[in-house]
Amino acid sequence: MSALEEKTKTKTIDKPVGHFELVISELLRLGVTLSLATILVGLGLMFAHHPDYLRSSADLARLTTPGAALPHSLHDVTEGVRAWRGQAVVALGLTMLILTPILRVAVSIIAFAIERDRVFVAVTSAVLAVLLLSFMLGKVG
Amino acid sequence: MSPLEFALTLLGISVGAGFLGSLVGLGGGVVVVPALTLLYGIDIRYAIGASIVSVIATSSGAAAAYVKERLTNLRVAMLLELGTTTGAVSGAFIAGIIHSRWLFIIFGLALAYSGVAMLRRSQRRGEAVPPDRWADRLRLHGSYFDEARGREVAYRVTHTRLGLCLMYVAGLISGLLGIGSGVFKVPAMDLGMRIPIKVSSATSNFMIGVTAAASAGVYFVRGDIDPFIAAPVATGVVIGALAGSRVLPRTDSRLLRLVFVLVLLVISVQMVWKGIR
Repeated sequence: MSALEEKTKTKTIDKPVGHFELVISELLRLGVTLSLATILVGLGLMFAHHPDYLRSSADLARLTTPGAALPHSLHDVTEGVRAWRGQAVVALGLTMLILTPILRVAVSIIAFAIERDRVFVAVTSAVLAVLLLSFMLGKVG
Repeated sequence: MSPLEFALTLLGISVGAGFLGSLVGLGGGVVVVPALTLLYGIDIRYAIGASIVSVIATSSGAAAAYVKERLTNLRVAMLLELGTTTGAVSGAFIAGIIHSRWLFIIFGLALAYSGVAMLRRSQRRGEAVPPDRWADRLRLHGSYFDEARGREVAYRVTHTRLGLCLMYVAGLISGLLGIGSGVFKVPAMDLGMRIPIKVSSATSNFMIGVTAAASAGVYFVRGDIDPFIAAPVATGVVIGALAGSRVLPRTDSRLLRLVFVLVLLVISVQMVWKGIR
């Protein structure tokens, strides 16, 4: 990029909604919609499999007190989803919700690369690297 | 209380949390954690797990609208995420070394102070923003359409390096103390970088999702996220955040600032209380 181009770009501060904004915005909307739909299906399954959830208060304690067997690994989730277990389907939806912002960072790297904005490709890649690092540290710790 | 009643009432509370959270750029943990622990007697581990989910839901739910309306400054957000994520990782690292009691008191007071400073700033409008070469080179300046004022508002960003350092501290504190990081992000953008309050709030809202997603993985693997608690929270929060994202552009900036400072003071009291207890 020439010095002149750089200069003119600095001046155009108030550009309208760009392609970039639309992509990010649609990605987030899609992520939220899909995960929420999955969560609701899972919640529906939980109530469908256990009709006593509509009345029994003993069930609530069992559902919300630590010590219950929660799906908390990818294996639990995939196995549970295959068996149409409500909790596992909810967990799948939650996983999708958690992954949405991370996917957003990854997509931004591509978007900045298309715009040939090297500084921001570097910045966003560094953010993604730190995120992945924190995931790995979390699993170790 | 039956599981159905639990899910429905929690859904209602979460709508409120998502609404407030999307307006002030916080995750809604301020509402979700006390509601779960005090109202339902839920274990704090599950309450924190649910609040992390609520942060991500608020962020992604509202951000779709804010980004499209250019209330979110994407470039500022992505630059500052560098500070918050590294801060959060280092915070999690040294969390075991430092005694958190004093940190709660110190940062609780710092939060109260920044709340007062934010109120004072609202009285000094129209001050010239000092030029910043970094902001120019990284093209951080921006503009948004303010529906409340009915016109396009252009703004210039300043003190980029200071902002980045403050974000590192914000990430550090959230990693250390396990509190939402939005509370420190908005004051840092507002007081430090002189970004308009609506943009600060929307940009903070955008950033908190990423920070929370990083720790959510850890909580999930540890088994701290209970699907039956998190499901109504996530659903309600998204509904609330969508409503909030419609209201924010039309809200008067001064009112928004006032609401934010009030929430800030509540959190600072909560923090100091945690330290003293």
